[in-house]
Amino acid sequence: MSYELLGITVLWIFLYGYLIVASIDFGAGFFSYYSEITGNKQLIQPMIERYLSPVWEVTNVFLIFFMVGLIGFFPDTAYYYGTSLLIPGSIAVILLAIRGSYYAFSTYGTKNNRFYLFLYGASGWLIPAALSTVLIISEGGFIKVINGEVQFQYMALFTSPYAWTVVGLALISVLYISSMFLTYYAYKAKDHKAFEIVRKYALAWSLPTIVASLLVFFSIRNHNVEHFERMVDLSWMFVISFLCFLVAVYFVWKRVKLGWAFVFVMFQFAFAFFGYGASHLPYILYPYINIHEHFTNETMAIALVTVFILGLLLLVPSLYLLMRLFLFDIKYVQGNKNS
Amino acid sequence: MLSVYDPVIFSRLLTSLTLAFHIIFATIGVGVPVMIALAEWIGIKRNDPHYLLLARRWARGFTITVAVGVVTGTAIGLQLSLLWPKFMQVAGQSIALPLFMETFAFFFEAIFLGIYLYTWDRFKNRMTHFYLLIPVVIGSSASAFFITIVNAFMNAPQGFDVDALTGKIINVQPLVAMFNPATPTKVAHVLISAYLTSAFVLAGIAAISLLRGRKHVYYKKALKLTMVSALIFSIGTAIIGDLSGKYLAEYQPEKLAAAEWHFETTDQAPLVIGGILTENNEIKYGLKIPLALSILAHGSPNAEVIGINDLPKDEIPPLWIHYMFDLMAIIGVTLMLIALTYVVGQRLGKWNVHNKGLLRLIVLGGPLAMLAIEFGWIFAEVGRQPWILRGYMKTTDAATTSGHVDTMLLVFTILYIILAFTCVKVIRKMFKNYPAEEEIASRGGNV
Repeated sequence: MSYELLGITVLWIFLYGYLIVASIDFGAGFFSYYSEITGNKQLIQPMIERYLSPVWEVTNVFLIFFMVGLIGFFPDTAYYYGTSLLIPGSIAVILLAIRGSYYAFSTYGTKNNRFYLFLYGASGWLIPAALSTVLIISEGGFIKVINGEVQFQYMALFTSPYAWTVVGLALISVLYISSMFLTYYAYKAKDHKAFEIVRKYALAWSLPTIVASLLVFFSIRNHNVEHFERMVDLSWMFVISFLCFLVAVYFVWKRVKLGWAFVFVMFQFAFAFFGYGASHLPYILYPYINIHEHFTNETMAIALVTVFILGLLLLVPSLYLLMRLFLFDIKYVQGNKNS
Repeated sequence: MLSVYDPVIFSRLLTSLTLAFHIIFATIGVGVPVMIALAEWIGIKRNDPHYLLLARRWARGFTITVAVGVVTGTAIGLQLSLLWPKFMQVAGQSIALPLFMETFAFFFEAIFLGIYLYTWDRFKNRMTHFYLLIPVVIGSSASAFFITIVNAFMNAPQGFDVDALTGKIINVQPLVAMFNPATPTKVAHVLISAYLTSAFVLAGIAAISLLRGRKHVYYKKALKLTMVSALIFSIGTAIIGDLSGKYLAEYQPEKLAAAEWHFETTDQAPLVIGGILTENNEIKYGLKIPLALSILAHGSPNAEVIGINDLPKDEIPPLWIHYMFDLMAIIGVTLMLIALTYVVGQRLGKWNVHNKGLLRLIVLGGPLAMLAIEFGWIFAEVGRQPWILRGYMKTTDAATTSGHVDTMLLVFTILYIILAFTCVKVIRKMFKNYPAEEEIASRGGNV
């Protein structure tokens, strides 16, 4: 495996990690507010809080890691994306700021403040949509280079059907991934009332998720034929993704093997996400940046990969400890061990 | 006349705004874990529930500031690419390694902070819980270490060559770039001043309670711990500050000369404090300390210090940084004197260290320390102008060419005002509704 392929694979794995943990996190915030207005808050808020509290800060790091790694391995991305993303990037930053701080204000500080809850629920739900603009413009067609200066075509973005299908998928899949996870978590917590509620959410958002995914798949054909054809070459990955979806929904429907149901959700997104990513190569930003010509120098690449491996040796045991204490500790999950 | 939109100016303003706001929370984020660790350790060793409660309550307030620190840190991380795309393109090739390491350090800190906050009563051996804080202390200080290295690199870039023909960056040596001449003094200064500021902010909180007539020994213990720490950290800050002067004289003479309004190259150079500059660059009303600049720059009263007139004219930073330097240094000395007065008074035991005058000075010390951090960073950043990467890239050549940076400046100003306001409100409410006396009573000595 070449260094550039190794680099982009590592980054893609982290972005996938962010996709899963952030979706759980942001969706949970959304449902927390939703339960407040529908009057179910006593049923599901304590459970959501128990899961979210120790892990929220970790979520953000996946994103930063991806971003810093991208600039490290492919420095030219900073120039192209940096220049073009000022507004969408700033919107994402603002949403992240509101979400992170109001989550803390609401959880550690002023409890039961409906407005704080609304702010963090709503901002979190919108973050993936704001961040997805990066993936949208990576398909090309939204940037023009005039006299060596990068210019972003805002109108092209707003009028692009492809852009809107991606935003739709981002909004819907957050709720799907999150409710599938909460279904498992409620089951593990033996919280039957909460379980029934979040299970309904999960089933309700399953069909829209698949419809939105298909819309994205087909709208790429009109936007970037080259990419679409490479996706068709990898169609087996998308088929497996769909099968994983069916298995996951079946388990939740039948109320069996709920841990496995969530594992299959993770597989569903892994296959689709890596299928999309692999077919996107060699381009990082079509047609300006590709992984071969715009890779960093070899010395830096080796240094980054070395640090990455050392970093993993530190992080994997730490993450394992975090999960053992909070996610897999049955007494904590059931709420018998607090603070 | 309508002013012309200049993305460079707005990019500089927006970056300054985000950094000025973030540095408050970053400083607390680096320093407070050290203070929490000290309190918890003393509490366990002396079996003193008051110190344990101190650690617990500091940690509780810390969660709020850490959240704002995380989100503003994310903001500056993204804004660097959004506002300075050409700089980040070069930085990506030459100094990406510490940036990458910082994410790991922060990751490490985030994981253990989550564990620490939620496991107060979960272990039989109290030391187990204390050990969980060690990665938080290491992680937060390491984050500051790695990020400051990037800033040091901007001041003293090395470890790469620029191809004369293509302008491309070649022969990159990541470790040489990291351990540049600015790294030792800059990193040490940032770390120890963060510890100092955090100690003073926490001391100020204890002093406010005492001033309001709360008599509980809990507050006196808090004051003693924070003031003794502050004295040690302020002495450290002064020593490292002196070494920073020697670094500047050697590697960035224009920054030192501008900061000290030192125009003619001379030996036995005096240090000017305050004053104003006339049109002919004459200094009026300033306090001159003979020989002090030569000592600061080279450690010897007879040493020669290069003056502004002997340096390239277009590479001299704005001369108003003189005031930033002076304010930072004066506050530093003031903080040391406040801490010294308390500690000496406390040791001698002859007079009441909890008198109103001293307590008020300690309360003032918190915001003053934070201001010194701000002044210090303004000095460091403006003092590097016109360069973003000294000797290689000018700030004007690094900024984005994008429109709407002015709008973003407005939006972020509003965002930070709202965040600051809510943050203060939430923290105040948190402790007002549950004073320490009440918590001591309700825990009945079992903290």
